[in-house]
Amino acid sequence: MKSDMKGRGRNKLERTDRLVRLSLLVVAFSAVSTLAVITIFMFEQGAPIMFKYGLRSFLAGSDWYPTEKIFGLWPMIVGSLYVTLGAMVIGVPFGLACAVVLTEFSSRPVRRVIKPVIELLAGIPSVVYGFIGVVILVPFIRENLGGPGLSVLAASIILGIMILPTIISISVDSIQAIPLSYREGSVALGATKWQTVKMVLLPAARSGIIASVILGMGRAIGETMAVIMIAGNAASVPRSVLDPVRTLTSNIALEMGYASGEHRQALFATGVILFIIIMILNTVANVTSSRMKGSKG
Amino acid sequence: MTTAIRVRGFSHYFGGERTLRGLDLDVERNEILGIIGPARSGKSTFLCALNRLNDLIRGSRIEGTISVDGRNIYDPDVDVVELRRKLGMVFATPVPLPRSIYENIAFGPRLAGSHDRAGLDATVKDSLEKGGLWAEVRDRLDSSALKLSGGQQQRLCLARILALKPDFILLDEPTSGLDPISTMKIEDSLRKLKKEYTIVLVTNNTKQAARVADRTAFFLNGELVEVGPTARIFTAPADSRTDDYLRGKFG
Repeated sequence: MKSDMKGRGRNKLERTDRLVRLSLLVVAFSAVSTLAVITIFMFEQGAPIMFKYGLRSFLAGSDWYPTEKIFGLWPMIVGSLYVTLGAMVIGVPFGLACAVVLTEFSSRPVRRVIKPVIELLAGIPSVVYGFIGVVILVPFIRENLGGPGLSVLAASIILGIMILPTIISISVDSIQAIPLSYREGSVALGATKWQTVKMVLLPAARSGIIASVILGMGRAIGETMAVIMIAGNAASVPRSVLDPVRTLTSNIALEMGYASGEHRQALFATGVILFIIIMILNTVANVTSSRMKGSKG
Repeated sequence: MTTAIRVRGFSHYFGGERTLRGLDLDVERNEILGIIGPARSGKSTFLCALNRLNDLIRGSRIEGTISVDGRNIYDPDVDVVELRRKLGMVFATPVPLPRSIYENIAFGPRLAGSHDRAGLDATVKDSLEKGGLWAEVRDRLDSSALKLSGGQQQRLCLARILALKPDFILLDEPTSGLDPISTMKIEDSLRKLKKEYTIVLVTNNTKQAARVADRTAFFLNGELVEVGPTARIFTAPADSRTDDYLRGKFG
């Protein structure tokens, strides 16, 4: 009798266990399936038109007149790459310098104040960045450097600032993760602080820094609102940094309101291209960060 | 014998804690001075004080003087980088830089501004030979130093110090993580090296001091209990605390 009750109790526990496992599985799967549905839908909507007009003319065509059924995405692909590259040129040196100063050349109280402030930068809505760009940066460029002001340069500067928090916080973490013994070893060999940073710490933190740069790049290439406000959005390949530019993300956001039929499909195709570019960047980031973990062991 | 390092009334504080208490100690040129004592007795603190590596630790403060070749190293106008080159240090845990074997050795000379490839090659070979590692790595100087075994890494760290052409070698429990064979190789190197260098060896292993040190100092709670020729310290210590420690009554 007694053993019978024990058996029933265990059965109940097992049933609860199975139930919990099942519901967790459903929840976990719903997150994955959302991604899958978005991906499938986007490819289903965007892929056919790319093949209908030819992948080559779609990717390499330099004219974008969607109402006349001319779909060349080249200016937008180039635009996205220029703006992202510009953001890197501005954001990476500043971000890295800031990370080095925070970890190696400032006291703990200073770091405790500065680091959260920098991370707060990530919380400012992108429309605010765009607004500041329109009000301050664009007129400044127009008056001092010429051109319309709405330009590759303006977008690069604003995006460069927007990716700083990503680059700084991940770089700081990876530099701080370097064991103290590396610093001691280097200093005991007669290295100055700067030589230690340059020859030991930065190489040792290299994979973390690369990962931070790639994540920042992902953020820059995906940013839409701020870019629409300050980049000028002309669908042509810019000839200088002062020319206006349109990115892949802006292309979708600007035209989705009125697009229909093949035009709408072409915007989905834009999304597909963007999706593929970001996938590549993420994969590279994952590979480098997993290599970092490997080399520590 | 001439005195190379002269320590007088030296105290070290970390925060409010007094970690070294009024040390008076001389290190003679071309000797191996062994320092023994239980954990937290101030041995490593003393070693770090000799090349001012304790500067890296916030909240450390000193009193008294340490003169190296007649010069107080705590004078404000001493070039700390130069000092650390002159007193090379090997740590308990070997920390090769994440670079090739060659680059690990060439690191110090490059910092000092030597970029002549042939000169560097010669320094690397010479240092590895003195560190007792050349025969094992001569064919793979370009492979990563992280792939070496623990004992090899420690000899690499020793060779890396030698490449700086120091006058002194400071070793902080250099064999604490190594097997007996690797330990023996390092001890052999040290015996050869004392012809050219003055060596201070901190060790947890009292037998190691007995094997290689010319003189031995016993530290306890930040105090220098006694110092004397190794043979005398181990056979007829003057202080009963030394005797107790060597007999394994504590520590």
